Amino acid sequence: MKPSVKQKLLAYRHDPKSFLLLLAVILAAVITISAIVFIILYILIKGIPHLSSSLFAWEYTSENVSLLPALINTLFMTALSLIIAVPIGIISAIYLVEYAKRGNKLVGIVRITTETLSGIPSIVYGLFGSLFFVKACGFDLSLLSGALTLSIMILPLIMRTTEEALIAVPDSYREGSFGLGAGKLRTVFRIVLPTAVPGILSGVILSIGRIVGESAALVFTAGTVAEVAKSLFSSTRTLAVHMYAISGEGLYIGQTYATAVVLLLLVIVINALSGLIAKKIGGEKKNG
Amino acid sequence: MKNFKEKAMHIVFLLTACVSIAAVILICVFLFANGIPAIGKIGVFNFLLGTKWHPENNVYGIFPMILGSIYVTAGALIIGVPIGLLTSIFMARFCPKRIYKPIKAGIDLMAGIPSVVYGFFGLVVIVPFVRDHFGGRGFSVLTASILLGLMILPTIISVAESSIRAVPESYYEGALALGASHERSVFFTVVPAAKSGILAGIVLGIGRAIGETMAVMMVAGNQAVIPKSLTDGVRTLTTNIVMEMGYSADLHREALIATAVVLFVFILIINLTFSVLKRRSDKA
Repeated sequence: MKPSVKQKLLAYRHDPKSFLLLLAVILAAVITISAIVFIILYILIKGIPHLSSSLFAWEYTSENVSLLPALINTLFMTALSLIIAVPIGIISAIYLVEYAKRGNKLVGIVRITTETLSGIPSIVYGLFGSLFFVKACGFDLSLLSGALTLSIMILPLIMRTTEEALIAVPDSYREGSFGLGAGKLRTVFRIVLPTAVPGILSGVILSIGRIVGESAALVFTAGTVAEVAKSLFSSTRTLAVHMYAISGEGLYIGQTYATAVVLLLLVIVINALSGLIAKKIGGEKKNG
Repeated sequence: MKNFKEKAMHIVFLLTACVSIAAVILICVFLFANGIPAIGKIGVFNFLLGTKWHPENNVYGIFPMILGSIYVTAGALIIGVPIGLLTSIFMARFCPKRIYKPIKAGIDLMAGIPSVVYGFFGLVVIVPFVRDHFGGRGFSVLTASILLGLMILPTIISVAESSIRAVPESYYEGALALGASHERSVFFTVVPAAKSGILAGIVLGIGRAIGETMAVMMVAGNQAVIPKSLTDGVRTLTTNIVMEMGYSADLHREALIATAVVLFVFILIINLTFSVLKRRSDKA
């Protein structure tokens, strides 16, 4: 039988130190949880009343401060960055897991570089992007420069999650495929990769979260023009940059709250999706 | 023919795997090539230890910004580490099963909130709070520290939690069998065994705090002078770059890139520490 709460509390009488430790742990958890709840509720409660149809007008003007162009640009930016980074990330991971021989020096170097990349602050990426893509490559402040910068930024994330997903595929799958006479390429693309899709997808979704929330890396690479991008080479602002820009002007507090709500909702949806996929992976493991 | 295809693809894959290496080399080359000459022109000591930043007079000393970054990072650690560590212990060893999932989802969400949203939250909530209760203008070292402390919580919690969970159950059971209470077993056997993993989480948090830009800029005041008290404004290395990059030219611009070089070197040191710690905790 489990001891009742009262019995438990009585047991602490002889051991005040344990009780203090318990209190400290619970206090910290309460602080963390209330911080999360407070931030989210505060933004939602203050922001939702400011959501209006003029915020979703097609054209941005200084009167309506529409966030729709920025929202559309965010979609473009996300899609373009993923188109660049996902294939490179997946293929790199395939090489590391399926092709490279054990103890290959290159693997060690790639590991170190991806660890380095994942630690670089976004402002340094932004500066690099403005020196390399904007100036040296001559792409100017554009959707393309921004997406290229972001794709380097999310590359380590995609590589790591894909690697983990590939490693998790049981060797018997590969052996079965080889046993049936399939070559390496066919085995990798027809057998191993499809099995690893949920894991890869969770990495992609995490990357989308990073792209949507990024601002420091984009200000000097994609610029802050508040219009829907007409081509790869036009300057654009994504939603996070848009929010940064209007919060700096100090005139649009209400609109900034509303933009924060939209950003927050996006992040919540992205997190829920990745949670669903994680659940799916976990469920498969249990069955398999 | 088939063999040729396999070989060709092998090489393509190999080259693709080198993209990340190329990226790191490119980043290093472009930052250093554009930043180091400026440090040479200004003078290493004048640049790193100079306490005055007056671009209009061609005086570029980033010591206030280096100190600023260190101050706000230290402040973030003082706030974030105890809360984060204790919360991770709660998550790993004390949390009732029923409420674990929603709390975990909340912490994940906290990690995903964009830094502009944090910055705005800091601007409308923490800045007035600090102004009313501690004095000053509210844009201060203290404000930035509180905000960064919140922002590094999820990083510290998730890394520390998984390293606490990785400690073999026998440690805990052994302590219980010797008559220790649940709390004592967790705090004095399990947590010390997870030490290097916890440290790795803290180092990762340091990296996040020192590299944070937008959120800090919105709440720190950004005066390029050494703050004298907790309620004074402060400018960090990251915000120095964002504030002035837009309109800078010539030596001023190069000095900003050199600021990024200094930041980059800091980050490299932190990364190195992190991977050493992580390797040690993986081995243990």
